[in-house]
Amino acid sequence: MADMENQILTLVTFFPLVGIILLLFVPKAKHDTIKAVSLIIAFVTLLWSIWMYSMFDPVARGMQFEVNIPWVSGFGISYHLGIDGISLLLIMLTTVLSTIIMISSWNAIKTGVKGYYISMLLLETGMIGVFVSLDLFLFYVFWEAMLIPMYFIIGVWGGPRKIYAAIKFVLFTMFGSLLMLVALLYLFFMYHGYTGEYTFDLLKMYEMPIPLGAQTYIFLAFALAFAIKVPIWPFHTWLPDAHVEAPTAGSVILAGVLLKMGTYGFIRICLPLFPEATLKFVPLISILAIIGIIYGALVAMVQRDVKSLVAFSSVSHLGFVMLGMFALNVQGVEGSVIQMINHGISTGALFLIVGMIYERRHTRMIADFGGLSKSMPVFSAFFMIVTLSSIGLPFTNGFVGEFLILLGTFAANKVYAVLAATGVILAACYMLWMLQRVIFGKLDKPENENLKDLSGREKLVLIPLVVLIFWIGIYPKPFLTRMEPAVNDILSRVEKARLKLAEAEDKHGPGIEIVEDNSELGTVEIESD
Amino acid sequence: MDISSASLNFGIIAPEIALVVAGAVILLFGGLFRNRAVSSYLALIGLVAALILAIQQWNNPQAGFFGMVLIDNFAVLFNIIFIIAGIVTVLMARSYLVFHAIEKFEFYAMILFCIVGMMVMSASTDLIVIFIGLEIMSIPLYVMAGFARHNLESNEAAVKYFMMGAFASAFLLYGIALIYGAAETTDLRRIVTDFDFIMMKSKIFLVPGAFLVLFGFGFKVAAVPFHMWVPDVYQGAPTPVTGFFSVAPKAAGFAAILRVVVYGFPAMEEITPVLWIVAVLTMSVGNLLAIFQPNVKRMLAYSSIAHAGYILVALTAGGEGAVSSALYYLTAYTFFNLGAFAVITMIDSRTGSKANIDEMKGLAKRHPFLAAFLALFMFSLGGFPPTAGFFGKFFVFSEAVGQGYIWLVIIAVMNSFVSIYYYLRVVVVSYFGKTDEEFKPVTFTPALILVLLITAAGTLVLGVLPDYWLELTRMCSFPFI
Repeated sequence: MADMENQILTLVTFFPLVGIILLLFVPKAKHDTIKAVSLIIAFVTLLWSIWMYSMFDPVARGMQFEVNIPWVSGFGISYHLGIDGISLLLIMLTTVLSTIIMISSWNAIKTGVKGYYISMLLLETGMIGVFVSLDLFLFYVFWEAMLIPMYFIIGVWGGPRKIYAAIKFVLFTMFGSLLMLVALLYLFFMYHGYTGEYTFDLLKMYEMPIPLGAQTYIFLAFALAFAIKVPIWPFHTWLPDAHVEAPTAGSVILAGVLLKMGTYGFIRICLPLFPEATLKFVPLISILAIIGIIYGALVAMVQRDVKSLVAFSSVSHLGFVMLGMFALNVQGVEGSVIQMINHGISTGALFLIVGMIYERRHTRMIADFGGLSKSMPVFSAFFMIVTLSSIGLPFTNGFVGEFLILLGTFAANKVYAVLAATGVILAACYMLWMLQRVIFGKLDKPENENLKDLSGREKLVLIPLVVLIFWIGIYPKPFLTRMEPAVNDILSRVEKARLKLAEAEDKHGPGIEIVEDNSELGTVEIESD
Repeated sequence: MDISSASLNFGIIAPEIALVVAGAVILLFGGLFRNRAVSSYLALIGLVAALILAIQQWNNPQAGFFGMVLIDNFAVLFNIIFIIAGIVTVLMARSYLVFHAIEKFEFYAMILFCIVGMMVMSASTDLIVIFIGLEIMSIPLYVMAGFARHNLESNEAAVKYFMMGAFASAFLLYGIALIYGAAETTDLRRIVTDFDFIMMKSKIFLVPGAFLVLFGFGFKVAAVPFHMWVPDVYQGAPTPVTGFFSVAPKAAGFAAILRVVVYGFPAMEEITPVLWIVAVLTMSVGNLLAIFQPNVKRMLAYSSIAHAGYILVALTAGGEGAVSSALYYLTAYTFFNLGAFAVITMIDSRTGSKANIDEMKGLAKRHPFLAAFLALFMFSLGGFPPTAGFFGKFFVFSEAVGQGYIWLVIIAVMNSFVSIYYYLRVVVVSYFGKTDEEFKPVTFTPALILVLLITAAGTLVLGVLPDYWLELTRMCSFPFI
């Protein structure tokens, strides 16, 4: 049983590949079999992940379910997996959303069905792989590997400008990743210089003190790659194109999970490995986050296409996530992590809803709608619930995340918090205005009068998300508890660095740089400006 | 480790002898067989025999011919690369040659002799012997370039290649002469031992000599600015020959450069900045010009220039890892580049094909598996995990970072990034390109399918389980113990 426990991560990560092998043998004309097989595989993966959740120890510190097998021993690359509270929640988000999109795509994809489902399963493996990797090289491989299926999903099954969007997506992401590769290699050789050992193991790298000068550059390289993914303003320009042109399920998984890979990268790699550099860049990232919040909201307000509006709202929401993270206190970071999950659920649901209306009317322009609450009451109810969750109404998940983030930000810097709070107001503005124009108001277009309300399948897709919206909104404790040890660990590293910097400043005045840290040996070499 | 250099020791060139015998048999008796396929089977038999003999020589370093020929692990791995390239080329050449009505039994003999030349190049530390190997390799290459003798472009390719090749050989020989003048020997081993003394005594001859030798080989591997011949020759030659060109002579050229520069003159500091500049130029020119090519063969020609640039990065870094990472890259490159050319060969073997990128439209609908293979090779060329191309680049970049060449790696990484555009473009066109015409079907033969399987297997295995081959390449460093 202990053996099985340790293999759970490999199982959850690679089980979708089993699905791919099965699908290879199904003839491509048998659409129903393909869909059924994919759904079963995704669902079983979800079950494995629920089992993993149940076996997870909520209070233990450090990584759980660790697996560490050498892979390319000549280069110190090992197959090292492990999760803590943060990755646990992100993996659950991934498995839940993956299962839901299998159901949601049921009638949406008519051509190349086999390729589509194979790409989706491949994507699932790639995403979970990023969240479980504790070896930097392995992390990089999974990070890159999920580009190819996403490229195909956008480029083959997407909207009118799909090829432009797909190529833009790949090029932007690759640019960041390649710089990250150089930074990775630099870390690799730096660690070798420090201990004589060749390894890419993240946990071992945590032990290595890195001088601030080098830290700054390496942090920037990683941060650029992650900033493109999140996306942080001004690296966000790929997002609206990719989101709008992707097929519904593609947008759901893109917004729901792929964007979180960027924020996860910050919290797993940048904060713990480069705490001094993190402290140094708090103002920059916070300001970019606030710009993202306000800019995203303002641009969302003037969008005519609902999907485009939701895409820009993602930029705005993820600005909150980054702001909370860089508040560098418990409330801020916990708010940030829970908001990652919340955004996945709410925005995922929003994209699903947009997809449903598109399937009926083949348009997403707000001007084409109006008064849908009269013809599709159930749909409108779901729409309203999800929109209110996106705004952050109390009792919904959005409130928990936003409140914690604002609390944490206020403790760190009052000005940032006030600016960010205007983002909350703006979110209410554009969301409620959109809601007003789409589902309320006069039902004056004849095409909207006889639309079919939600089918059983569509309800099946939305209900779990709505349940989660209220569960996290009313009783977030189980989720917050599980992430606490991990968040505390990361913040303690940042605090240690903060103390070190403060100490050095006390002794030698402001404007110092820690060049070499041998505090264990009793010396800290510094350099004054 | 004792290397006896007293006897001739014919046994150590057993693989070369096998190939020469096979080639001779084909030349002498090929005309008698009515079914020309027999010549190709003979060639394959010869190649497989050579492969087996080459593998036997692993971990068993031996010298012969008065120390002029040296079969060490380095030579064995390169021989394996050459022979595999030869096998894949022979397999994919037949249907193309038959389709274009240019099949002659001499073709197979030419390939075999060419490989013999390459094997001689990699198995020696004597500059004269390396030169002899180069010439043995080059002449069949000139013939093969012009093999489509009714095609004007092919003739042009052969003549261009011959002229430029002759020039390059002249440079090379002059460089060797200068080195001989400085060191009083052409044996690299003695040059290494007496290096400081020679540098002190006659630096003025040794350094220019080394540069001229480097430039001579630089022509063969298509380093900038010796790359001008590549696009025209690659475009004009018959496609399977182009595939062979892009892989095998390049590997042979690098084997020679590794021997001369990394083994022979590691302490010559003047070389490193020049290598740096050549590496940057080669990568950049290759990548930037590839973007604008509408012809797939020409695009792959420029792309092969760029890949030579990446390997030059490993050479610039020098050090122990240079040999192993360059070897890994060359092995991986052999597989996926030949794979890409195999797919292009198949597409080119249809009436009226000009290997233009527009001809790829609709490929995925008509031949989904072929398009998938093409996509795999394109992703590997671009360096996406988990393919061999990714690990090749990773190892090369690691070595360079380890030796402190951060900016070089950043430039290389940016170049990789740019290259993704034109590799993806092929995938985009084959999958998403819309055309009203029906895609003319490609004929598959068992040989071609075997080629696809071999190259795809190599690409994936080297991409997912790189450890084994990496360990082998690590055992090839100098000195030869």
